[in-house]
Amino acid sequence: MSSSRRGKRRSTGDALAMVFLCLLSVVFIFPFYWVITGGFKDQRLTIQLPPQWFPVKPTLSNYVRLFDNSAGVWLLNSVFTSLTAMLLVCGVSVPAGYVLAKKRFHGRSMIFAMFVAAMALPKQVILVPLVRLVSSWGFHNTLAAVILPAVGWPFGIFLIKQFSQTIPGEILEAAKIDGCSELRTLMHIVVPMVKPGIGALAIFTFINTWNDYFMQLIMLNSRSRLTLPLGVATMQQEFATNYGVLMAGATLAALPILIVFFVFQQYFTQGITMGSVKG
Amino acid sequence: MDPGYRGALKPTGGSSAWHKRRPLELRETLVSYAFLLPALAFFGVFVVYPILVGVFTSFFDYTMRKFDFVGLDNYIRLFGDKIFLKSMKNTILLVAGAVPMVVIFSVFISSTIYQKSPLVRSLFRGVFYLPVVTGTVSVTVVWKWIFDPFSGVLNWVLQSAGLTDQPIMWLGDRRYALWAILAVLFTTSIGQPVVLYTAALGNLDKSQIEAAEIDGASDWQVFRYVKWPGMMPTTLYVAVITTINSFQCFSLIQLLTSGGPNYNTSTVMYLLYERAFKLMQFGYANAMGVVLAVVIGIISILQFRVFGSNVEY
Repeated sequence: MSSSRRGKRRSTGDALAMVFLCLLSVVFIFPFYWVITGGFKDQRLTIQLPPQWFPVKPTLSNYVRLFDNSAGVWLLNSVFTSLTAMLLVCGVSVPAGYVLAKKRFHGRSMIFAMFVAAMALPKQVILVPLVRLVSSWGFHNTLAAVILPAVGWPFGIFLIKQFSQTIPGEILEAAKIDGCSELRTLMHIVVPMVKPGIGALAIFTFINTWNDYFMQLIMLNSRSRLTLPLGVATMQQEFATNYGVLMAGATLAALPILIVFFVFQQYFTQGITMGSVKG
Repeated sequence: MDPGYRGALKPTGGSSAWHKRRPLELRETLVSYAFLLPALAFFGVFVVYPILVGVFTSFFDYTMRKFDFVGLDNYIRLFGDKIFLKSMKNTILLVAGAVPMVVIFSVFISSTIYQKSPLVRSLFRGVFYLPVVTGTVSVTVVWKWIFDPFSGVLNWVLQSAGLTDQPIMWLGDRRYALWAILAVLFTTSIGQPVVLYTAALGNLDKSQIEAAEIDGASDWQVFRYVKWPGMMPTTLYVAVITTINSFQCFSLIQLLTSGGPNYNTSTVMYLLYERAFKLMQFGYANAMGVVLAVVIGIISILQFRVFGSNVEY
């Protein structure tokens, strides 16, 4: 086959593929567009057919109603939960991932295999005992009940191990010869070198904790303790078809993590691929 | 969503050779354990202990009032429970639908975008990642409206186009409800595979592809015999995570249909939640969890057998 024919056929195929991709993108973007604009529409207009594609007379009434419904507290709860989980996960995973990648000690393979096996286990299998445990400590219906189990999940250790493997052994060796203490080595050599990994882990944990609807649903129940997504879900049951308020809530619940995602997208994609490609 | 335990399956090689060269230093071991301690503490308390308790209590008639040893009764009861069997069937249908759909679409999307400019690439990646980032609650708010029989846009489009004259109860009709769930599950599952396949395509051996093209292989042949085998490790990983995520599909179902109509969209995960936290049948729910874990384990192993035969670790 001559190269020009190949080239021509390839470009037609590619153009068709791009058209299809753009159409598919509409399916992915439209819900999102609809939620944002819907939050600014009068309640009546959100269920009108044919749909009003753009809010002609934008209103803030949905947001006002949302904040009358303790959305402010929910927002704070979500921010606090996600930030704390993020800090704890990073704090626990960095030293653990580093030693698993760079140190040789008895039981290393066994511990690592255990962490990996746990990642393959569906988290929900341990659900009932976890709830009982957390309740027996008096943590039920507190944000700690959502945060602490999230820290027990070993994905972060695995991710940091993947990144730590790229640290050259000579540097660690040199630090040791220079009399650098283990803790100093960790803080001043390892942490700066696995920074992209910590960045990825931080964003993952933040987004996952924010969206961990299942744990929040089970662990939290009084109105002032809800997180934002959970609060919106509760409203979904209460105001069954008040799409205006629901869409305002959905926007508010998605916006902070969207910002985090788009600002740190680079770290994020790096983390996803690092986590799966053999290191 | 746990991107990435697959890479871990390669043996953590080298350590045995190490043993021979010099004995492990005690100090090194002590330091390592000190650094691992916080992780091990959290892991032990919030993962290992609940697993042991969960398996143990699955042999008990365990409710708010009772805690009686019943042996395998819970498990025997499960396989005679019509609602459980229905939920298992739904779960398997979702997995069987979602996994091939996610693999095919993400391969297609990433093949199309990977040779484009970085801007276009990250734009599309962002679009397909959107439902993952925004979270199930936000996603379901719109889909509920889209599927709404009277004020939703889907029926409006179909009716305007003259394809139907009766409004269709997408989430309330047992013929359609599971399909509707599958569609939403698909949109929330494709983001990560697109990122992974785009990266995998970038890592393929360019010289092999060029050699095949010079030898006159068609685009399809290049894909089928060079690119696709090269992406096998990614496909294995994508298949496994999509399987696990679909098995665990809960929030979509709880928020869109609550398992209805008449348990036609109930999954094992949803039923487990209902039995444990609404009916307080803890022992029975734990038995369900154990069965779920075993089924996921078996399917993952099968996937390794099928896709992993030419994968090197």
